[in-house]
Amino acid sequence: MTNIAITVNEESHRIDVAPDTPLLWVLRDTLGLTGTKYGCGMGLCGACTVHLDGEARRSCQTPVGSIGAKKITTIEGLSPDRSHPVQRAWIAEQVPQCGYCQSGQIMHAAAFLAKTPHPTRVQIDEAMTGNICRCATYQRIRRAIQRASGQNAQ
Amino acid sequence: MNMTILETDRREFLKTTAKGSVALILGFYLPVRGSGQDIADSRIFRPNAWIRITRDNQITVLTEIPEMGQGPRTVDTMMLAEELEADWATIRVEQAPVIPETYQNLHTGGSGGTASAWNYMRKVGAQAREMLLTAAAQKWGVDKKGCRAENSTVVHVPSRRRVSYGKLVEVASALPAPKPEDVPLKSPKDYKLIGKPMPRVDVPSKTDGSATFGIDVRVPGMLFAVVARCPHFGGKPQSFDASGAKAVPGVRAVFPIAPLGFLPKLERNINVLGGVAVVADSTWAAMQGRKALKIAWDKGPHADEQTKTLRKQMQEAASGAPTFIAVNQGDAIQALKGNVRKVEAFYELPFQAHATMEPMNTTMHVREDGIEVWSPAQNGAKLQEEIALLSGLPAKQVTVHMTLCGGSFGRRYQWDFPAEAWQVAQKMKQPVQLLWTREDDMQHDFYRQYSYHRMSGCLDAQGSIVAWSHRVASTPIRTVFDAAEQLKDPKHVASQELGNADVLPYIAFNFRLDYAPVHCAVPRAWWRSVESSFNAFAMECFIDELAHAAGHDPYEFRMNLLREDRKLPWVMWPDNPPLETRRFRAVLQMAAEKSGWGRPLPAGHGRGIACCCSFRSYLAHVAEVSVEKDGTVHVLRIVSAVDCGTAVNPDGVRAMAESAINYALTPVLNGEITIKDGAVEQSNFDGYQVLRMNDAPDVKVHIMPGTGEPGGMGETGVPPLAPAVANAIFAATGKRIRRLPIDPASLAATPPLPS
Repeated sequence: MTNIAITVNEESHRIDVAPDTPLLWVLRDTLGLTGTKYGCGMGLCGACTVHLDGEARRSCQTPVGSIGAKKITTIEGLSPDRSHPVQRAWIAEQVPQCGYCQSGQIMHAAAFLAKTPHPTRVQIDEAMTGNICRCATYQRIRRAIQRASGQNAQ
Repeated sequence: MNMTILETDRREFLKTTAKGSVALILGFYLPVRGSGQDIADSRIFRPNAWIRITRDNQITVLTEIPEMGQGPRTVDTMMLAEELEADWATIRVEQAPVIPETYQNLHTGGSGGTASAWNYMRKVGAQAREMLLTAAAQKWGVDKKGCRAENSTVVHVPSRRRVSYGKLVEVASALPAPKPEDVPLKSPKDYKLIGKPMPRVDVPSKTDGSATFGIDVRVPGMLFAVVARCPHFGGKPQSFDASGAKAVPGVRAVFPIAPLGFLPKLERNINVLGGVAVVADSTWAAMQGRKALKIAWDKGPHADEQTKTLRKQMQEAASGAPTFIAVNQGDAIQALKGNVRKVEAFYELPFQAHATMEPMNTTMHVREDGIEVWSPAQNGAKLQEEIALLSGLPAKQVTVHMTLCGGSFGRRYQWDFPAEAWQVAQKMKQPVQLLWTREDDMQHDFYRQYSYHRMSGCLDAQGSIVAWSHRVASTPIRTVFDAAEQLKDPKHVASQELGNADVLPYIAFNFRLDYAPVHCAVPRAWWRSVESSFNAFAMECFIDELAHAAGHDPYEFRMNLLREDRKLPWVMWPDNPPLETRRFRAVLQMAAEKSGWGRPLPAGHGRGIACCCSFRSYLAHVAEVSVEKDGTVHVLRIVSAVDCGTAVNPDGVRAMAESAINYALTPVLNGEITIKDGAVEQSNFDGYQVLRMNDAPDVKVHIMPGTGEPGGMGETGVPPLAPAVANAIFAATGKRIRRLPIDPASLAATPPLPS
């Protein structure tokens, strides 16, 4: 066990875990931030997506000891009041069904839009293909991303 | 989405649904006064077990059906609020507690959720409304007839006085509750909520991480556990060495758990596999501990099972003698012997996993005085009964919290994961969360049956179907659960294999349906739309093959054979409302029209159509595909027509159809569970490839105006999807898809022969 310092949603924490512990389990089991979900443990589904300095990262594949001073943002820290354009678009398009994968979808979409503010449909599909939704809300995710980017959803 | 069949008997369930209001209402009403602390509190108006209104005009609605993504919390609340004339914005929705004497609908199956709540949720809303009207009339000393309820207020029309429900709480609390049969229900023409697309009540919490699923339950002092199970079905640990696991920091305990089979009092096999449990301070430590276990597995008696050998057994069963003849109208076998225009085809559909995004889990605290359970379960009441039976405690001492479910599609109806959590928790005497890893979830699912279909048909010169014969061979569901005595009856064994194949909506002079089981050790159960998912594939592909043989357009061919208005009773589930050819025809027509059926398409593109009536709803899909030279298939768009009776929340209906269409594409494009050495070969989303965004087609859903009891929507979109796509591929390439998932090599353009 090592004492590791991390910053999550602008709050600093010191945690006592092995440095190879995936960030996912530190968030969920140590810090109680359960909005970030476990889906596959292999970086195949995207349910555990968080931001490291604004970049989308699979927290199940990110050893907590590798993060250093990078700022971690989870779904709980994306906005204080669901006001992030992606969250608003998700509500407007009524995307979630079971909702389990949606934290990861939203975090991935938010990081993608920050880099690609006016994506084409092909770019959206490419960017979001790593995030699985078994309720398969894909058509609504597509529309919500278009909406969040200021494009008319079709 | 309310998927799958009830655990014991779908017929029983449908009976309850059909007579919903009577059966459910009778046992429902909590005494209004005289028991319970809430009731004694006149500051809360509690006309029945589903509604609480406080003086600040806050309305709380308790809904029963588990929220798995299919939207019951919203739909049930809409039905209640419609009759209560409640201000939608002031309603808060809570999951009803697991008190089965009061709440008899703490489960969902057979896409029956909305239908099962349709009568009583409206009735309890109306009951409260009538009491509030009486209270206002009393308060004002006026005739109740002059009072009208609207937007959480009562208005006295002649004097234009208005009072909020909150201000009527004390007076209303003192009133006797009218009998449910005495309260009038609104006429559909006066609906303000039902039939309007409403935003779902659970959506906001699902955009900010605050929604709590089973896996998110956090209890002070809790531990985390995983179980190592034998990968080979029927196998068990022969011996294990826990020393490595115990050396992992954070690991608290390592111990074996026993398999649990048939529970006589529950009248079913709960199929708990047994294994070695590792309990730790965190999920990660438990997983690392499990990795460090050294287990020698006894592979058990089924280690020679392979997909290849199962397939051979399937083929034999499809051609050998049947164990059960479900339908024998006329003499199809004789007619097939005589006719020249005979068509024969075999269809094969492999095992499929549910692969819910939230893997199985349950949190449990076994105390001296009782047990507390938090579980993403599809049947809260049965879970309570199961844990009570296992522990020997009275059910009242087992408190069950039904959490949100991260998908289910039928999987969470199972008995295995809560029982396993109980095995672990009772050892620890501390709250424990048992989590199945993705690998556990995928390798120990209860899979969609493997099925094989022999279809034979023949046509006369006019293109009429002279004979239709369908042999279903499958690995039946019932043998996974039921008592040996019940399984002596071949009809019972076949009872969840033949649904939808037992009614042929198209006119055929001779019609036969029979069945042959194939036994195997792979666990099977209800997968989104159950047997309709494979029977509709065989039937709707075969009707396309007959249309082609007759030289007719597949849509026109169907419409001609549906030309008479007929009501066709189901053979396997006769209590279900009969299939109406009029409704079947109407959705086909709508899908064809909306998709531009018959309009020319580019080369390499094709359109296919298919229709199915399941779970009391009718859905037709038109698929448009393109096929590349190397055989790669792109499903470009799906146009869908829905008739589900009353569409309570049209946006919810649309969402369910979209979801079902996409879900059904996984088995078409890539999804397949294969068996080697009596174990599942796939273990994560790399091996079992589910639909992703890049393969998700454009989807357009059209809802027909409808009235009456709502039909099911959770599963209904699945059955017609695969045949619509397969038929579209035929239209594009001239090649039939008779086995799923599609093998692109079979569609590759063959190189020209050397001259």
